[in-house]
Amino acid sequence: MKKAIALSMIVIFAVGITACRSNSANSAEVETIVITGSTSVEKILNEMKDEFQALNPDVVIEYTGSGSSAGITDTKAGTNNIGASSRELKNEEKEDTLKSEVFAFEGIAVIVHPSNQTVSNITEEQLADIYTGNITNWSEVGGRDHEIFVISREESSGTKSAFEELVKLGDAGGLGGNAAVLEGNGPVQAAVAGNENAIGYVSFSYINDTVKPLRVEGIEPTVEQARSGNYPLSRPFIFCYYDDKVTKAGKAFLEYAVSEEGQEAVEHQNGIRID
Amino acid sequence: MNIRTVSALISTVLHYYNTYTRLYYIGICRKGLLKMVRNRKRELYEKIVETIFLLCALVGVISVIAIIIFVFYKGLHPFFGTDAYSFWDFISGTRWAPGSDTYGVFYMIAASVLATAGAMVVGVPIGVLTAVFIAELAPKRAVKWMRPAVELLAGIPSVLYGAFGLGIIVPMIQVISPRAHGHSLLAVIIVLTVMVLPTIITLSESAIRAVPKSYREASLGMGATQIQTIFKVVLPAARSGILSALVLGIGRAIGETMAVMMIAGNPVQGIPNSIWSMVRPLTTNIAMEMSYSSGRQQEMLFATGVILFLFIMIVNLTLLRITHKAGEK
Repeated sequence: MKKAIALSMIVIFAVGITACRSNSANSAEVETIVITGSTSVEKILNEMKDEFQALNPDVVIEYTGSGSSAGITDTKAGTNNIGASSRELKNEEKEDTLKSEVFAFEGIAVIVHPSNQTVSNITEEQLADIYTGNITNWSEVGGRDHEIFVISREESSGTKSAFEELVKLGDAGGLGGNAAVLEGNGPVQAAVAGNENAIGYVSFSYINDTVKPLRVEGIEPTVEQARSGNYPLSRPFIFCYYDDKVTKAGKAFLEYAVSEEGQEAVEHQNGIRID
Repeated sequence: MNIRTVSALISTVLHYYNTYTRLYYIGICRKGLLKMVRNRKRELYEKIVETIFLLCALVGVISVIAIIIFVFYKGLHPFFGTDAYSFWDFISGTRWAPGSDTYGVFYMIAASVLATAGAMVVGVPIGVLTAVFIAELAPKRAVKWMRPAVELLAGIPSVLYGAFGLGIIVPMIQVISPRAHGHSLLAVIIVLTVMVLPTIITLSESAIRAVPKSYREASLGMGATQIQTIFKVVLPAARSGILSALVLGIGRAIGETMAVMMIAGNPVQGIPNSIWSMVRPLTTNIAMEMSYSSGRQQEMLFATGVILFLFIMIVNLTLLRITHKAGEK
């Protein structure tokens, strides 16, 4: 009996270290949609992808983030079904048969503490100077004489890369050592709300009473201004494709992207809906 | 499996073993063949039980070896082969910008060292004096609630320290700081000080309690006051224990991540030039970017881990030497 106990202990141990095997997948015919392009659309696209694949089990979407220009070039070369871009097509990229469809907008608001009454407008150039550390005092942008507390985002943030691209921070020398790096829109909003001298940037959906959004180049950060493209810190997210290369499943995905479900995914990932 | 089950199993095994030993002696008295069989069985069980113990012991050892190999392999990779990154640029650089392929950690090393040193300068006197108070001076009733309080301090998750720092300390520093922000080296030092206190207090206290009573009696008998006895006799006698407390405190402070990340500011460049400066210690650099990084950036985070590892190893070797010396005495 005791022998059995001792043996069973060993058996339990052996079972414990045996790896589980996964069930073999059923290999039905699946159709693949290849999407390449902008890395900024990744979060929205991944959410759309998951939901679309759940609704259409026979479709697989392969997305590779390679940059907007690469996505458009891929479409022209025929190496993808759909190209994703986070900017309008340039004139030299446009073709009669190349179709483009806006499926979302992104807008970034520059926020300061509500008590900051003296500054309510800022230019892109001033933003670049503030974030590189060339401007360190509010008086240099028309405010009171106090140091600016600059708040930026972590490296992976899509908002960060969009912001830095739009104000051309890379050309100006990159983010300075005076900038705090916080993770997420929420912490930035909270930090700005808690510091009279702070400046930060967040997605539009994080504007509320605790912070004051600035006009950029004189334009109010509103959803309408972002959609019309007037607001400088905004940009459209675009799919581009040829009718004959897009396939039926691709077409269905494009329709899904602008449908209610697709737009909910956009909103969920802090994008701006197209309608 | 809880301790009870384990001990029950062990006693079962031992009981079985004893029974067999008895049988074995009976076997000797009877036939040679029987003896051989039982002997072999006995050896088999001995081996099996030994193997189980060995496997248990190996879990820890294998983990540490695997972590070392993994971190060093990944972390040293970017410095070798074609397209290698200069190790000197890495270790002496003062800017971290993965977007433009710039990886410098010198300012992070400075931040980690300064934050740890600061926490030690403030924390060690407070911790040791608290330990003296609890071990030597405090009335029993005070000890009764003081020690659990210290132990509770050790059990608070570090994210709560971070939340406390962000909610209380950072806004307070914001008010007194000449700079525009409360996120600073000073905030990090304050939070780390509180975090290392339990380690220093508990270990120092047991070191002080381990000093033989006769030392104190001799000193008091010679006419020394209690305070003189504490500083001239008890503390010197407990020296090595207090030193290990200090070293373990350093290990805790340099390795702390979560609490520090929330209050340090984590800028992408710049050596801290005052206690009001924002800092980005080695640990927070790894924690902030590891979850999404890939390729060169990820390898550079492992390289940051290698630097951190070297620091921890130095700390542990120092600890080993201290305890070794104490053993010699």
